[in-house]
Amino acid sequence: MKILVTVKQVPDTATKIQIRADGQGIQEDGIKWVINPYDEFAIEEALRIKEKQGGEVVIVALGPSRVEEAVRQSLAMGADRAVVISTDAAVDPAAAATALAAVCGEEGFDLILTGKQAVDDDSAQVGPMIAANLGLPQVTVVLKLEVDEAGHRLRAERELEGATEIVELPYPAVVTAQRGLNEPRYPTLPNIMKAKKKEVRRVSMDSLSLALDPRVTVNRLFAPPERPEPTILSGEPEETAKELVRLLHSEAKVL
Amino acid sequence: MDIQNTTEKLEDFYQLQDLWTEEETDVKNAVRRFVDREVIPHAGEWWQQGEFPAHLIPMLAELGVFGPTLPEAYGGSGLSPLAYGLMMQELERGDSGLRSFASVQSGLAMHAIYRYGSEEQKQEYLPRMAKGEIIGCFGLTEPDAGSDPAAMITRASEEGDSYVISGAKRWITNGHLAQVAVVWAKDDAGIVRGFLVPTQLPGFHATPIHTKASMRMSATSELYLDRVRVPKSFQLPEAHGLGAPLNCLTQARYGIVWGTVGAAMDALVEASLYAKTRTAFGRPIAAKQLVQSHIVGMETRLLNMQLMARQLGQLYLGGTMRYAQVSMAKRHNARAALEIARMAREILGGNGISTDYHAIRHMANLETVDTYEGTYEIHTLIVGRDLLGEAAF
Ligand SMILES: Cc1cc2nc3c(=O)[nH]c(=O)nc-3n(C[C@H](O)[C@H](O)[C@H](O)COP(=O)(O)OP(=O)(O)OC[C@H]3O[C@@H](n4cnc5c(N)ncnc54)[C@H](O)[C@@H]3O)c2cc1C
Repeated sequence: MKILVTVKQVPDTATKIQIRADGQGIQEDGIKWVINPYDEFAIEEALRIKEKQGGEVVIVALGPSRVEEAVRQSLAMGADRAVVISTDAAVDPAAAATALAAVCGEEGFDLILTGKQAVDDDSAQVGPMIAANLGLPQVTVVLKLEVDEAGHRLRAERELEGATEIVELPYPAVVTAQRGLNEPRYPTLPNIMKAKKKEVRRVSMDSLSLALDPRVTVNRLFAPPERPEPTILSGEPEETAKELVRLLHSEAKVL
Repeated sequence: MDIQNTTEKLEDFYQLQDLWTEEETDVKNAVRRFVDREVIPHAGEWWQQGEFPAHLIPMLAELGVFGPTLPEAYGGSGLSPLAYGLMMQELERGDSGLRSFASVQSGLAMHAIYRYGSEEQKQEYLPRMAKGEIIGCFGLTEPDAGSDPAAMITRASEEGDSYVISGAKRWITNGHLAQVAVVWAKDDAGIVRGFLVPTQLPGFHATPIHTKASMRMSATSELYLDRVRVPKSFQLPEAHGLGAPLNCLTQARYGIVWGTVGAAMDALVEASLYAKTRTAFGRPIAAKQLVQSHIVGMETRLLNMQLMARQLGQLYLGGTMRYAQVSMAKRHNARAALEIARMAREILGGNGISTDYHAIRHMANLETVDTYEGTYEIHTLIVGRDLLGEAAF
């Protein structure tokens, strides 16, 4: 079974983000970049399927040269090889999906796995759009995945609000991973050393000659407003309790 | 300034990471991630329990920290000395006992077999030791011979096609966890020899030392060998004389040079972040000149440690590293880390004496690190002899 995993590199959630002066994006200097956590579940699931049924796991990543670190980490988890679509441009979800779909289509596959969303822009569009681009069935927010190779079908459990939905679909297909699908393994030192010898094919995004005009443009990015100074009530408990209720009711409107 | 920026600045004030190769960066990140998740949240509790958390052994083996510098044929991954150093740094950032486990398994036991063993011994032991299926220990120190190992009493006498080994070894890391002990003993001619002693053999006893106030997350034991009979094929054929165990110590000391950077880093980061939020007399204590003076002094020492470790690694990589250079860095880094951790403990005030925080654990552990693998004084004498050409032991 040949599985492609599309991987995005995102700022570590512990990093404090600074917005660029032009308000069009974030300052990238000094940021610690990591693999999108949901993509790690996708990588782990791909490796487990491969370990059970054999085949190949290929990472497909998109972005500037810094994404090579995420690619190396994916290879050090055990993926077999990688394709990197290099671009320094800011890419909207539609353009990313178009480019990824083109490269995936050219690679050929039985299954595409990715995270249910990236934790930087939270669009959650790329997985579904790759499926649409390639005319494939898809299942999103998956908590459990079974591959029936004989019947050429997938059985997936998805998380819904307060319920679990079980779906079956034929593959090739696109599956997006939710937290809980598995516990991703650590990259190991032997695999880090082996990863050095694994093939990383680089294609420049321009060379794909795709129409990648952004459908979504960022108008302005701004930080949430500073929290106002807290109000501290003082006085007799009877009075302050009443005042607190009044504030919660008429000011904060939570009661 | 947020926590991550402050931490990064404290950990790498001179941006040494700009010098790292991809391999070094990836190894550091991989080990840090493991230690952050699997070790640090439990370190205080495990330390109090006073035993090595054995469930970590298969996990550490999987991560690949046992014998990683050895060739693949023997279960290693051919890691460079600098990447190995960063691995040790990150392990000891968790706890010195964790790094000790890896040091003894890799730098002492596996290295002894790799350097002095026969091909059969290497094949038999090294791949399984890399997988953590066999744990090794290294028995050099005796109750009455530590700094002066030439004074060892343990004897290996030839009897037919066997050696019969008798003696006691003390302060042996992993002694009661090990399946094989690398035991150093004098033969009938009084020459120090190395033996691979399976610990289940009759006459071999390992007793845990439970009274430690340092290195409590590490297993430390006393070994008794009462006429333990081993075939001659269990002797390490290439080890003739005290130079052999001393060469193994050079390997392990190299790991300590880096490991101590991790412990010092962790203590310094903890104390600095604490100082930024702890208020006294109406201001964060980080805004007090006396506290700043301490933090800046600690940072300067950490930087010294890092620069020594890095250049020592370059010498190792270039194949010119001399043991006196290792002694210099072991002496400096163990003592500097100990003093950094001690001051971190002080900055944490009352909280500093609790293992809910890291500083006192590092500080207590580093008392061992300053002593084992050659005490501070012994390394002074090794470097002194190297510089001045006069032995002053
Ligand atoms: C937790 C722990 C784990 C250990 N693990 C191992 C292990 O796995 N394998 C192993 O073989 N050993 C191990 N050791 C032993 C360690 O290496 C020795 O404790 C160390 O070498 C010092 O020896 P000693 O304790 O006999 O002290 P001594 O040699 O008795 O020294 C006592 C003091 O005298 C000083 N001194 C000695 N000679 C001189 C001199 N000529 N001039 C000035 N001062 C001098 C020393 O610096 C020291 O301060 C371990 C020790 C500890 C505490």
